Amino acid sequence: MTSGWRWPIRVAAFGYLALLVVIPVASVFYRAFEHGFAAAWDAVTTPDALHALWLTMLVVLIAVPLDTVFGVGVALILARHRFPGSWLLDALVDIPLAISPVVIGLSLILVYGRSGWFGDWLAAHGIQVIFSLPGIVMASAAVALPYVVREVLPVLQEIGTEQEQAAATLGAGPLTTFRRITLPSIRRSLSYGVTLTTARVLGEFGAVVIVSGAIAGRTQTLTLFIQDGIENLNPTGAYAGAVILAMLALLVLLVLGSDPERRKRRWPSASETSPSGSETPSRSTM
Amino acid sequence: MSLEVPEGSLTALLGPSGGGKSTLLRIIAGLEVPDTGSVEIDGEDVTAVPVRDRGIGFCFQHYAPFRHLTVRRNVAFGLEVRRRPKAEVRARVDELLELVRIDHLADRYPSQLSGGQRQRMALARALAIEPRVLLLDEPFGALDAQVRQQLRAWLRELHERISVTTVLVTHDQEEAMEVADRLVIINEGRLEQIGAPSAMYDRPVNEFVLKFLGPATLWEGRWVRPHDLVVHRDPELNGERATVERVTHLGFEIRVDLHLASGALVWAQLSRGSAAELELGPGDEVWVALAESAESPESAKAAGSSVGNEPTAVRAALGR
Repeated sequence: MTSGWRWPIRVAAFGYLALLVVIPVASVFYRAFEHGFAAAWDAVTTPDALHALWLTMLVVLIAVPLDTVFGVGVALILARHRFPGSWLLDALVDIPLAISPVVIGLSLILVYGRSGWFGDWLAAHGIQVIFSLPGIVMASAAVALPYVVREVLPVLQEIGTEQEQAAATLGAGPLTTFRRITLPSIRRSLSYGVTLTTARVLGEFGAVVIVSGAIAGRTQTLTLFIQDGIENLNPTGAYAGAVILAMLALLVLLVLGSDPERRKRRWPSASETSPSGSETPSRSTM
Repeated sequence: MSLEVPEGSLTALLGPSGGGKSTLLRIIAGLEVPDTGSVEIDGEDVTAVPVRDRGIGFCFQHYAPFRHLTVRRNVAFGLEVRRRPKAEVRARVDELLELVRIDHLADRYPSQLSGGQRQRMALARALAIEPRVLLLDEPFGALDAQVRQQLRAWLRELHERISVTTVLVTHDQEEAMEVADRLVIINEGRLEQIGAPSAMYDRPVNEFVLKFLGPATLWEGRWVRPHDLVVHRDPELNGERATVERVTHLGFEIRVDLHLASGALVWAQLSRGSAAELELGPGDEVWVALAESAESPESAKAAGSSVGNEPTAVRAALGR
């Protein structure tokens, strides 16, 4: 490519990002603090706002570990075993990516709602799923389900099973092998998968709005609180809530997405895939 | 198929690719399960014993280094899993790194090592657990020719020093003859012959072994070694008349392609000295005979594959 094109392409890339992401997000920050920091602070420290923040954190703390354990498990199964129907499992994992979150919310109501398949049984045992915490967690976990699997699976397939077999010949049991060999090998992709899962759960709206009922102070998550603020003439609350959501997401990206390995290992690992036979001359002679 | 590996030996499983050598090695290790049959190590039936409890050291063809661990931690792995005291682990790892001559690389990661160094690390890692048997799957397969040569000699030397029963898989007959004190020839899942390298080279039980272990040429309907053919210019002596087609100089050895009076083509391998004496050139008329010292596959069968008096370290009896 000629150097004459380099700058126009860069400007176009930045311009596209600016129009779609940077300017809109910056204007949210601007609107949040339009009436001063105190007004924004007041808007997000109302009991309803604090509850929404707490509920969002609670959902993240339950749904993300669920998706992480499930994701690693499914990735291991798909990478290590071919069995009749494994293609089906592989395909099912992607369903939440393919269909609208609203549809996922609706389908949960169909199954777990009062008139759903399990409705009578759940009601008889005093368990309320829909319009309550379990429903919100299930909806969030469902929409964010593919990320860990899709990040971890290719890495598992690439590293193969030889290291695990080597660990076994050295006396390691399955759990030790997983903890000391498999997990460190997939750590980078796993942490990225968890980051994506967390970000998705934090920002989920469509599925949650259907199953939660969006009752302020009870089943309202942060995204629902923002929507509520826009609808009910509390723009400062909505924008300030949006700022908090954005900050949380940013925090997740910074903490989970950062890669300690990258800093620890300064040496290039390019030779890893192509074993060269060249010896260091100093010590290899007999 | 039934295989016995004497204690302290360095046995090579040799055969063409895809003949089942690696599978046999992995069955001994417990990485693969035989359809039928049993595996014994030190007289103990380990057929049902999982890999981790078999007490074997296994080196994978591509070494399977733990990429996220330093060389030191790689070698320490087996001992750490066994929860040995830290000081003991450290001392043992230092000792092993010195033994395989990579002590100066202890804090590197596998990605920072050359192929040969990774090979040594894998060997040290396998030796750390003091295995009853050391199993090496194509140990030099992934290395370039020069490094391979060095490592062969080094492995031989190492085996003399630690004398752990070792079984290695290779498809390279030269490598097997150089390194091993015992060869097991395997072809298409069948065990063709077991014995010392030199005995097998001289007395192969069949055509396959003969052709696999070295050069061969067809003489009077059977395969013989080209260096067992004697070429001379004396019509009075025993021999079949032939015309020299071509003389090829291969360093010390001279290859002479011959057209027999009967119409057949053979080739003989002569030393530089004897070729010079004969002053051979294309078109020359010569006489060819089989040396009296040459042995036929039939005589080898009678001799049988001798098994020494050492106790057996590994016994594998497998069905098909």
